[in-house]
Amino acid sequence: MDFSYTETQDMIRDTLSRFLADTYDFDSRSKMIASGTGRDPAIWKALAQDLGMLGASFSEEHGGLGGGHLENALIMEELGKVIAVEPYLQTVVLGGGALKAVGGAVADAVIPEIINGNVIIAFAYAEPQGRYNLANIRTTAKKDGAGYVLNGHKGVVYAAPWATHLLVTARTGGATTDVNGVSLFLIDANAKGIVRRDYPTVDGFQASEIYFENAAIPADALLGDEGAGLPLIERIVDEATVAVCAESCGVTAKLHQGTLEYARQRNQFGQPISRFQVLQHRMVDMFMEVEQSKSMTTMATLKLDLPAAERMAAVSACKAKVSRSAKFVGQSAIQTHGGIGITQELAIGHFFKRATMIENQFGSADHHYERFERLTLAD
Amino acid sequence: MQLEFSPAEIAFQKEVRTFIAENYPQNLRSVQDEGHDLSKEDFLSWHRILAKKGWIAPAWPVEYGGTGWTATERFIWSEELAAADCVGTMPFGLSMVGPVIYTFGTPEQKAKFLPGILSGDDWWCQGYSEPGAGSDLASLRTKAVRDGDHYVVNGQKTWTTMAQHADWGFFLVRTDSDAKAQEGISFLLIDMKSPGVTVRPIITLGGEHEVNEVWLEDVRVPVANRVYEENKGWTCAKFLLAHERTGIAAVARSKRGVEKIKAIARTEQDGDRPLIANPFFKRKISELEIDLTALEFTELRSLAGEAAGKGPGPESSLLKIKGSEIQQRITELALEAVGHYGAPYFRGFGEGDNEHPIGPDYAHRAAPTYFNTRKTTIYGGSNEIQRNIIAKMVLGI
Repeated sequence: MDFSYTETQDMIRDTLSRFLADTYDFDSRSKMIASGTGRDPAIWKALAQDLGMLGASFSEEHGGLGGGHLENALIMEELGKVIAVEPYLQTVVLGGGALKAVGGAVADAVIPEIINGNVIIAFAYAEPQGRYNLANIRTTAKKDGAGYVLNGHKGVVYAAPWATHLLVTARTGGATTDVNGVSLFLIDANAKGIVRRDYPTVDGFQASEIYFENAAIPADALLGDEGAGLPLIERIVDEATVAVCAESCGVTAKLHQGTLEYARQRNQFGQPISRFQVLQHRMVDMFMEVEQSKSMTTMATLKLDLPAAERMAAVSACKAKVSRSAKFVGQSAIQTHGGIGITQELAIGHFFKRATMIENQFGSADHHYERFERLTLAD
Repeated sequence: MQLEFSPAEIAFQKEVRTFIAENYPQNLRSVQDEGHDLSKEDFLSWHRILAKKGWIAPAWPVEYGGTGWTATERFIWSEELAAADCVGTMPFGLSMVGPVIYTFGTPEQKAKFLPGILSGDDWWCQGYSEPGAGSDLASLRTKAVRDGDHYVVNGQKTWTTMAQHADWGFFLVRTDSDAKAQEGISFLLIDMKSPGVTVRPIITLGGEHEVNEVWLEDVRVPVANRVYEENKGWTCAKFLLAHERTGIAAVARSKRGVEKIKAIARTEQDGDRPLIANPFFKRKISELEIDLTALEFTELRSLAGEAAGKGPGPESSLLKIKGSEIQQRITELALEAVGHYGAPYFRGFGEGDNEHPIGPDYAHRAAPTYFNTRKTTIYGGSNEIQRNIIAKMVLGI
């Protein structure tokens, strides 16, 4: 058992932290979000080419640094500290995760392009009726000659307006919630027959509703085996869930820190409000929630390569705890700030918005308690 | 970073597991299984076996009798002890006064006191709290007045755990009444058989005799029994409070406690299903189990930090707060799980009539244990005081 980081991991954290401190202050972020595309593509290029950050979790054979889940967690935590709106989760964790899992020619072709920043992937999996059940899919992929034809509607696809590729879950067989008959495809985001309705999200990202209208895709877009894609999808979603928990550690650490700073300089009743014990204890409770989120994220990150049932139990334990912590820390930060906390002026409110979206991303606390119970608390 | 144990750690685990299985006293096991109160000799029987093996004080430096185990090996040890339901060793000598003596004591004090702590020949108790000094410990009023090479001590201590068995006690006493609160306090080791020491029992809600009042009337204590400088006893007290992180969270024991609740909830019926199938009860168990995992990995991260040279810091108050809350939730759920049979008071059962049992065995102590465990968020610096410590020392507010 060992809980220390390697020198390379420390270096990744320090390098990224310095870069983001220079480029991602609150005003710069606000300007990026308000711009036409909703982001600054130069940042992504710099992450890829100047810092080599997009290769941290890929193998050296693919041109990466040879890391894995821990590197993804480190990077997501740092991105969380500035509430970055970069598509790292979608491109590297989800897209890269799927490619690493299936390997072969497609991985050899696409991973180097992720690393150098040319490929951006969006994950089109959620459907309006599906809630958090990954098998609840109505989108169909029908065999058509050598390829497939896609039809259906995917909702709230984060980063889709920026994407060069879409990672899509679709039914090649079975009924709407069957475990069998689910397949995973990596397709050109601009293929004919894809209609996008783009919009901003409340937490500063860009997303889309995507309608597939007889979109023809080639046979080699299929990742893994036809109709047997669910275990692969569950795995990459688990990896992404832990990555979001790592991001939440960064977001909530900043919510806590910002609250401390504010409480020290805000005077009421002739003294800084940080002197009031009732607020001190709330800020201590926030501290404890942040620390426990870090502990759970470390635990789950280290268990991502265990057999599926153990991995899922660990990930659900982590997300259940982190979701509740994100809610408590976020709400406490706003309450301690008072009125100014609910304005757009201060960064704190924007951290709160991201924390709030993290609560339900890849499943609410209730969803994950239930999955944990199903796996570990049989009668 | 990795979670797996190394081959050497797996071998260590096997070694300690085998040792426990082969050496844990059978009669002590029966006393525990039948739910009797443990006598002084019950506690000491296991203590002496560990002392003989050299495993009684894993946290101590090797030169004073420690084992030299790594943090991971100590983690494994506590897991194995809990998994085998071993009784705990008394903390007052091993975890409290022992480290104070080997850190602040004179060579003579070390030679005189450390062997008896290790062997179990000396049973220790802690004289800190007073009727008027609880959370505000520094307001203590027990007075020690110098008289030649002795102090004459007068005052009253309370909540003195297991003082009824104690040979020695470590006491915080005021040696300078004019100094500000924390200054003017000294750390004295007092022979509990000294004339003028009176121990009176306090019976707590579960009917048990754990804690006592200790009266000190003109008790003569040699100056040689003062640890560290006169009026600097608060330094020892603070050290003692911040010391011994391992175990403060009681993770291994709580894991065992959760397993026991699950077993009860699989046995107890709730209509036509076992209690564990009740979604509301099940959710309480999963919340408890997940919070315990968060505590476990917080402790592991903190131990890793300690091993990397960051000494035990005030953030360990977090371990105390969360650990004690979880201990309480376990007893609360156990009491809820046993239903009607939480009510019968086992101390009043009289002589056994095995033909007509009073509820399941696991129910007998559910309520008394629940009552008793309210202490965990009060003792060792209440959880409110712990929050004050984090606010001041970690958050700087």
